[in-house]
Amino acid sequence: MEPRPRSFYFLAAFFVLFLVFLYGPTLTIGILSFQGPTGGLTFPMRGVSLHWFRDLFEQQAVGDIWGSFSRSLTLGFMVMVTTVVVSVMGGLAFRKRFAGSGLLFYLIITSLVIPSILVSLGVGLIWSQSGLPVHWSTSGFGAQLTWTLPFGLLIMFAVFNRFDRSYEEAARDQGASPWQTIRYVVLPIIAPSLIGVALFGFTLSYDEFARTLLTSGSYNTLPLEIFGMTTNVTSPVLFALGTLTTVFSLLVIGVFLLLAWLTSRARARKGSDAGKGMV
Amino acid sequence: MAGPLALVLGVFLVAPVVMICVVSFWGATEWSIYPAFLFDNYAFLFSSEVTYRVFLNTFKYAAITWAFTFVIGFTVAYFLAFHVRSLTWQIALFLLCTIPFWTSNIIRMISWIPFLGRNGLANSTLMSWGVIDEPVEWLLFSDFSVILAFVHLYTLFMVVPIFNTMMRIDKSLIEAASDAGASGWQTLWFVVLPLTKPGIMIGTIFVVALVMGDFITVRFMSGSQSANVGRMIQNDIALLQYPSASATAVVLLCTVLLLIGILLRFVDIRREL
Repeated sequence: MEPRPRSFYFLAAFFVLFLVFLYGPTLTIGILSFQGPTGGLTFPMRGVSLHWFRDLFEQQAVGDIWGSFSRSLTLGFMVMVTTVVVSVMGGLAFRKRFAGSGLLFYLIITSLVIPSILVSLGVGLIWSQSGLPVHWSTSGFGAQLTWTLPFGLLIMFAVFNRFDRSYEEAARDQGASPWQTIRYVVLPIIAPSLIGVALFGFTLSYDEFARTLLTSGSYNTLPLEIFGMTTNVTSPVLFALGTLTTVFSLLVIGVFLLLAWLTSRARARKGSDAGKGMV
Repeated sequence: MAGPLALVLGVFLVAPVVMICVVSFWGATEWSIYPAFLFDNYAFLFSSEVTYRVFLNTFKYAAITWAFTFVIGFTVAYFLAFHVRSLTWQIALFLLCTIPFWTSNIIRMISWIPFLGRNGLANSTLMSWGVIDEPVEWLLFSDFSVILAFVHLYTLFMVVPIFNTMMRIDKSLIEAASDAGASGWQTLWFVVLPLTKPGIMIGTIFVVALVMGDFITVRFMSGSQSANVGRMIQNDIALLQYPSASATAVVLLCTVLLLIGILLRFVDIRREL
């Protein structure tokens, strides 16, 4: 191998600094959440303890953390499943031109770039004016979909751009029905990308704030609860909660990435040609 | 097949926007809103000097954030695409850059407090080095912290599309350039940069849209001392002035869509995926 140019070392240093910038603050609150009972929101550490974590589990004076966590979890799964199903269907539909496909495509882009407070305000207004109670599982659920669906669809577009149609043609030639073609040929080929779509669906919903703000009603999701805490909680218990949900997020991301890796490895080992349908 | 998608976007995107347009012509009392067809909200909006200042401030945030995210994002993507040699490492380091995207923005904002506060890490480090004698006040709750948080949150929206485009650049073009006697900088400027333009545009669309529409970062990081359009809308909502919030929202939406529309002329998103 030829030797690295000097620019490599400069850029590598820049990259490392970028990672420090990206992860440094989160690691800091990770450390600070182990503050001793008399410690404050910043260094120095006054001893090391699990005091603030215990606080989270014991007193409910800081709010309904566990309730909001379970709501966020449920909502995350609802959004995840819906995002995967609707994105796959949308991705399949967009392989051909259909009446209104251009318009629908621009709606997807709009959904991605529209200021989130508009979705929040608009959905909130519709619900309140028609006398429906805003609730995280109805209005909140829909408002979040306008954020997760564009990502799911863009991934599906990318996937189908690289999809080798001759596999489908082969299935059809051998007499597979359209449904069988999708079920036994298309879906297995695109399966690993669906793990990616699911990851986006779940995590974007689990962390979503702006679109849920006016659409979740009287029961908060976790990000809303945390934001509420920032105005009235000034102890490291805030950091403890932040650390816990970040660890949870990282676990979820880890599980999804592991799944993706296992699927691709299983394919390689079994000599399956399912992944080869991508060009 | 496109039915469910159309249904979701119809109910939760198109209808809300229509509703906001309608409500922006309504009237409001101190505690309720009533259907009407008034131009009062718009008249007030456009006659107020505050509106122009807040819009200008929003553009300022977007421009500065864009400049930083672009330079950082381009450099990081360039390193990953052209200097990291094995695909495994490229994927691993790329994932490392994207993981924070899947974690909570609010917690990532909160995590700047121990750094920037009056007795935070930045101040105490600077003081121990003797750079400053007393704590700097403008680190937290200022334009500085707002932009820092924007750059922190949104740089990966630049890294991902730029990296994606760079990975598709035929490496033989780079070789050809250096064979033809181009210096490293010339290759970067005349070969890599033009070929990366679609990725840069997609990144720009993300960053501009996110910063223009933001209200929570500005509120949290400026300690409610600075305003952007999103904050203005949110203030009206808090005062139950939905019609005037809607009018501002309509103007904001038009501004954002106009900007994105211009940017979209430079890139065909579907081809770039």
